[in-house]
Amino acid sequence: MDKMTKPQIEITDPLSFLKEFTAARIAIGSTGSSIPTKQLLEFKLAHAHARDAVYSVMDTEVLEDALAQFHRPVLQLHSRAENRAQYLQRPDLGRKPNEESLNRLADQITGDDIVIIIADGLSAIALNENVLTLLQLLIPKLLDANLKLGPLCLVQQGRVAIGDDIAHELHAKLSLVLIGERPGLSAADSIGAYLTYQPKPGLKDNSRNCISNIRPGGLDLSLAADKIFYLVQEAFRMKLSGIGLKDNEGLLERE
Amino acid sequence: MPYQHTILGKVYRFDSLQILLAKASPFRTGDALAGLSAETYEERVAAQITLADVPLKTFLNEAVIPYEEDEVTRLIIDNHDAVGFDLISHLTVGQLRDWLLKDETDTVILKSIENAVTPEMAAAVSKIMRNQDLIAVAKKCEVITRFRNTIGLKGHFSTRLQPNHPTDDPRGIAASLIEGLLYGSGDAVIGINPATDSPAAVAKILTLIDTLRQQFDIPTQSCVLSHITTTLELINKNAPVDLCFQSVAGTEKANTSFGININLLEEAYEATLSLNRGTVGNNVMYFETGQGSALSANAHHGVDQQTCEARAYAVAKKFKPLLVNSVVGFIGPEYLYDGKQIIRAALEDHFCAKLLGLPMGVDICYTNHAEADQDDMDNLLTLLGVAGCSFIMGIPGSDDIMLNYQSTSFHDALYLRKVLGLKPAPEFEQWLIKQGIFDGQSNRSVSASEGLLKNMGSLWIK
Repeated sequence: MDKMTKPQIEITDPLSFLKEFTAARIAIGSTGSSIPTKQLLEFKLAHAHARDAVYSVMDTEVLEDALAQFHRPVLQLHSRAENRAQYLQRPDLGRKPNEESLNRLADQITGDDIVIIIADGLSAIALNENVLTLLQLLIPKLLDANLKLGPLCLVQQGRVAIGDDIAHELHAKLSLVLIGERPGLSAADSIGAYLTYQPKPGLKDNSRNCISNIRPGGLDLSLAADKIFYLVQEAFRMKLSGIGLKDNEGLLERE
Repeated sequence: MPYQHTILGKVYRFDSLQILLAKASPFRTGDALAGLSAETYEERVAAQITLADVPLKTFLNEAVIPYEEDEVTRLIIDNHDAVGFDLISHLTVGQLRDWLLKDETDTVILKSIENAVTPEMAAAVSKIMRNQDLIAVAKKCEVITRFRNTIGLKGHFSTRLQPNHPTDDPRGIAASLIEGLLYGSGDAVIGINPATDSPAAVAKILTLIDTLRQQFDIPTQSCVLSHITTTLELINKNAPVDLCFQSVAGTEKANTSFGININLLEEAYEATLSLNRGTVGNNVMYFETGQGSALSANAHHGVDQQTCEARAYAVAKKFKPLLVNSVVGFIGPEYLYDGKQIIRAALEDHFCAKLLGLPMGVDICYTNHAEADQDDMDNLLTLLGVAGCSFIMGIPGSDDIMLNYQSTSFHDALYLRKVLGLKPAPEFEQWLIKQGIFDGQSNRSVSASEGLLKNMGSLWIK
């Protein structure tokens, strides 16, 4: 048998020049038929970030303190999904406030124009990291437009539709749900904004407008605030939201 | 008609066939969400024991969704092959399992009953089969389809090259597409999920792939997975449509939520067929399915998600598709919670579809909120390879940056070919060898393909 030579590991990929055209994981090389170690571990790290984001917890106390700057009541609410495992398996429970939350909502002064609902969704990290900046950009615009802003609601284990019940309890004319989006491998900190005019329980997604991928490096927070503000104004002007509310300024078109 | 079984003095009663099927289903979150699951392990096995004794004939007399209410039920009943059924008409569900596993029940015999077994019978028997049973029987089935190449031959296994891009950027798509071809991916189809459903955008992508295919004379087909109405519009505008794609589900109501019905599918099928673009065959449809879609559309009629899924195969089958695949783990953990549930569901889908005579592939995949990872996908990939799965997806690094989920990579397909000795579609393999991308032993040769790469790159990149 021939003497075996010491293996030399050097992975190059002749397709590297294509990388500038896409963020897809191309030109990662191969060892045998398999993905090389470095690229394998990079993928695992991206997945780890996404998994950690799904199980991240909203920093409710820090957020409550920070939200005090807006001089509105801050309500700590919780859906009927008791924990993350139940939240993942029972979307119906994540759409409804629990008993204690309903009691808390009943105590509030009602009839405001807008209620902002901050829900963890599938990435509490997204809220912990980005929601305050977004609100600092957005709330002054709303107030300057003489819109009456209701309590700021922090919701744990919440899905988008929980905003319908909360805003309905508060008799708000419009709900704005800011929620952590399902993490991808490239970003785990995206906020989605869902706007619903005359929210009430039982509405479907076609009653809402959505702006997604709000994060530094995605849809920039300041641009997102502009888009949300534009849609809020349009919703009040046209007295509707959802498929009937188009973005005539082209603000919402995909790049 | 009620069904019942007594275990240690406890009587389990199941008031209808649909309830019995649901309670007999191996546990998955979607059935629990729908409130259809067995309450206990014992109840589940009681249902399975009861189901095993149900005669197959019962399924022809007791529809899980009434004939009058649902066009998928009508399709199943009206197209049932009574002559073929004669061979197995005396069997119960349990006896069907025993018969399917017999050595004498070979490929030819299985072929003879593919129109005699209804989707509900297939679903029923799958519920009392173990994973290895699902693999063993599926492996005996052979479903061959053709357009510009031949898919589904024994010893062969194909891939859909899926070079998606979040904004449909042509150069971005081309980059992933070229890479995929150089890994030998794309014999099932070069199939792109468009970011928008605008006909102009879809036409642009179709033309891009078609230009590449013609320039390099690649024996494969392309597809942009737009809504069927968009594809119809494009066919009327003479866009280069090879395959017509549509997601289909197992109830009329769920299909309505997709904006389709059987008549519309028929219209699109005839229109695509009329283009006559296939060279070795005329299977022109590509369908995607997946457990949970009916419940997700609130259109399940109290039928469990796996039975609904099997019913979708009746819809697909009517149009002699080139390709069908379940997008098994795409739907999320509220329907299939973890790797175990995804793997089980994929094996069921593959088995049921093959038994019914469909060219079944699987998008071996998961989302980031499911309790699953790439190791689970490796397990499923290997199991499906052994089971004779028709095709899987090929995505750069298994990370789809448009749809935000993880599937199988170009590398994964090479792994499966190597460990199981599987080859691409023969026409495509010849092309790969001619281009120097593969050698005669299906090994990939990077350096030999550099010339091709240079030409491809010059198409759009420079």
